[in-house]
Amino acid sequence: MSLLEIKGLKLRIGAFEALKGINLSVKSGEIRALVGESGSGKSMTALSIMQLLPGGAKTQGQILFDGVDLLTTSEADMCRSRGNDIGMVFQEPMTALNPVKTIGEQVAEGIRLHTGASRAAAEEQTRAILDRVGLPTAQFPLSRYPHELSGGQRQRVVIAIACALKPRLLIADEPTTALDVVLQAQILDLLQSLVHEERMGLLLISHDLAVVADVAHSITVLRHGEVMDNGETTQILTEQTHPYTRQLAQASMHVPERTSHHSGQATTNGPLLAIRSLSRTYPGRRKGFFGRDGDFKAVDDVSFDIKPGQSTALVGRSGCGKSTLARMVLALEKPTGGQIHFAGRRIDKLSQEDLRPVRRNMQVVFQDPYGSFNPRHKADRLISEPLFLLDRDIPEAERRDRVHRALERVGIPRTDKDKYPHEFSGGQRQRLAIARAIITEPKLIVADEPVSALDVSIRAQILDLFADLNDRLGVAYLFITHDLAVARAITDTVMVMSDGKIMERGKTEEILRHPQSEAGRALVSASPDLHKALARRIGEQG
Amino acid sequence: MLNYVSKRVLIGILTLLAASIVVFIVLEIVPGDPVRLMLGINATEDAVQALQQQMGLDQPLLTRYFSWIGGLLTGDFGKSYTYSVPVLNLITERIAVSLPLALISLFLSTIIAIPVGLFSASRRGTLADSGTMGIAQIGVAIPNFWFALLLVYVFAVSLRLVPAGGFPGWNAGLWAGFKSLILPSIALGLPQAAILARVTRSALLDVLGEDYIRTARAKGLTRRKVLYRHALRNALIPILTILGLQFAFLLAGTIIIENVFYLPGLGRLVFQAITQRDLIVVEGVVMLLVATVILVNLLVDLSYALVDPRLRGRS
Repeated sequence: MSLLEIKGLKLRIGAFEALKGINLSVKSGEIRALVGESGSGKSMTALSIMQLLPGGAKTQGQILFDGVDLLTTSEADMCRSRGNDIGMVFQEPMTALNPVKTIGEQVAEGIRLHTGASRAAAEEQTRAILDRVGLPTAQFPLSRYPHELSGGQRQRVVIAIACALKPRLLIADEPTTALDVVLQAQILDLLQSLVHEERMGLLLISHDLAVVADVAHSITVLRHGEVMDNGETTQILTEQTHPYTRQLAQASMHVPERTSHHSGQATTNGPLLAIRSLSRTYPGRRKGFFGRDGDFKAVDDVSFDIKPGQSTALVGRSGCGKSTLARMVLALEKPTGGQIHFAGRRIDKLSQEDLRPVRRNMQVVFQDPYGSFNPRHKADRLISEPLFLLDRDIPEAERRDRVHRALERVGIPRTDKDKYPHEFSGGQRQRLAIARAIITEPKLIVADEPVSALDVSIRAQILDLFADLNDRLGVAYLFITHDLAVARAITDTVMVMSDGKIMERGKTEEILRHPQSEAGRALVSASPDLHKALARRIGEQG
Repeated sequence: MLNYVSKRVLIGILTLLAASIVVFIVLEIVPGDPVRLMLGINATEDAVQALQQQMGLDQPLLTRYFSWIGGLLTGDFGKSYTYSVPVLNLITERIAVSLPLALISLFLSTIIAIPVGLFSASRRGTLADSGTMGIAQIGVAIPNFWFALLLVYVFAVSLRLVPAGGFPGWNAGLWAGFKSLILPSIALGLPQAAILARVTRSALLDVLGEDYIRTARAKGLTRRKVLYRHALRNALIPILTILGLQFAFLLAGTIIIENVFYLPGLGRLVFQAITQRDLIVVEGVVMLLVATVILVNLLVDLSYALVDPRLRGRS
């Protein structure tokens, strides 16, 4: 018998039908991936199992855990099961821990609650589980607070909380989405070994087939609250009989077609962007009246060129200094050393007023399309905002014309210009962000993780758009990303950054195939890759 | 941490200094000469000048400022023009009423507001929640002097449980003094409780939407345990902020209630001193209040760091 058996689960929240009769099972020792795009009902399935649904949610069907229907279980009994028989790991490690309690308290709390263990005994168990998830107490004492840990470390604490009592079923809802690829690989590895040791069942929720291809035994594909495809991983991924599965797989491997590579086209004119020995140091934390920690070098003596029309990726793990570098290029932050030249002019010492013509030629696209728009402005106003950077006041007719042209280029109908940001989908919002970036017809766009918040199929479309704009407008890109698939898809050259330094650079294809630096190798080997995962699986199965 | 405290204390001292200058100058500009007021309209010019000299009011502004500040630093607040007693004596006499009143009101406000806020937040959207918050809304809206009169009518006039007003002094016994502060404390504390309950509820609701609350629920904690163990402490910062502001108000802003209950508190002292141009008293009380507000703010800031470890070690 399966450990978890979901039969015909329907879920209604108000008038919205979130789940339309799904079936799903997880056996002991099995890793079942639940894959789907945002809004497909993955998280709602998880919360239904935990019985932690938002108020006003109505469920129908059966969720059998060890033969007992959780939908009819009382809240008191659910409290006894949660954290004891069923553990859950959430997506966002930065906010999943209580900021005012130590990690020791937070792990021990569940242990004491369910086992009634004494403080000392619970602490002993807490040490053991933290040690098991890779946070040895010698380095990470129980008295640490969450803010003293990095994102990856916090996710380990969350996993420790979920696994402290060796639950029989573990639910992990996008446990690695907020982490960089190297951490992602480590966390997946940890989950895999925990499942193996304790013969837990794991329901692993993800939006990306490539992420789960390596670890899951079986896959259920969800879309709009319905199960599209269901079966053993290798079979599902090799046969790809269901069109939606095929679509997801293709989207996660998508490489846009790029007709003309602009790089090298205008070499005679010199580089568009030239960075020379650029550094940014932050003073260390003050320890008292006189003491101070050593200075922190976020960016350390970095030099590179970007030619007109060239698309360059700056890849590295979180905290390697890539975003600081981008902010300096955008003149949002002052360097502490070195020079930045843009279109033949030194820009790092310019005043805000003198930067205007520079900003016109250099625009930005951020990671979170929603957070970067004023929610009270209409699309029309949001997109035309950078036009004030032009030297002259432009007549209304021309402004409208430019907005229309920008919208057209990013594939959004003109009529949508009177909508507010919340009326657009995530992908459309990122298109708007790009429209805003190209309206001044810049020569360089700096894009900071522009697709990491998007679903795979939307990500593929946005990558196509970037490639297309590069082809048609000859705009150069600096892509800041930890995702090598993005680098592979749309860049000519790549730079690998680590600890504030550029470790290696070269043609994207070559670097990604044969990385020389340690940082490069770590990134490449940790990157989820559907082809590689499949090849390995087929090899294992003969 | 030590660094943080010493910095805050330094800023507090500078604020006090700035306040002293402002207070001194403003009261110089305010129309009305205390000497002429004391001597009446028929006073001769000689008499006015003689008294001015005696009170040191003929000295240049700067000299008077420094002698005043120097006095404050050594505990000499000067002598009241109207009562001819040291200002410090006047103030200590009045604080013996105002401070207990403020503390009892604050205590009342806290022990009512936080449970009510918890109750309401844990039953969000239910009839109990909207009912409680409706009452709190009325509490915020009612003018406290009217509420005070109502209390007097019910508890003093009709039921005769407590005195309707006046203060017998602490010499008359602890209970007698306390009894005469009960109604004023309720009149002051309940409207404050209504405000604080609403703040508590909304702070808790904000926190209850956080991811870590879900993590705690996934551990198997009941709703109630999550509320007490995880939500309350995270909601304390806005609550402490409001408490700090309320204490400052309760100490100095109680003049109406003091008048209703005929209490010899700080509020009435300042009011009388202003009408009588007893500037030295006004200056002394205002400086004391400024110092109290600065001290309370410092305590509130330090308590933030106690509540939230992320604020520790930050300068």
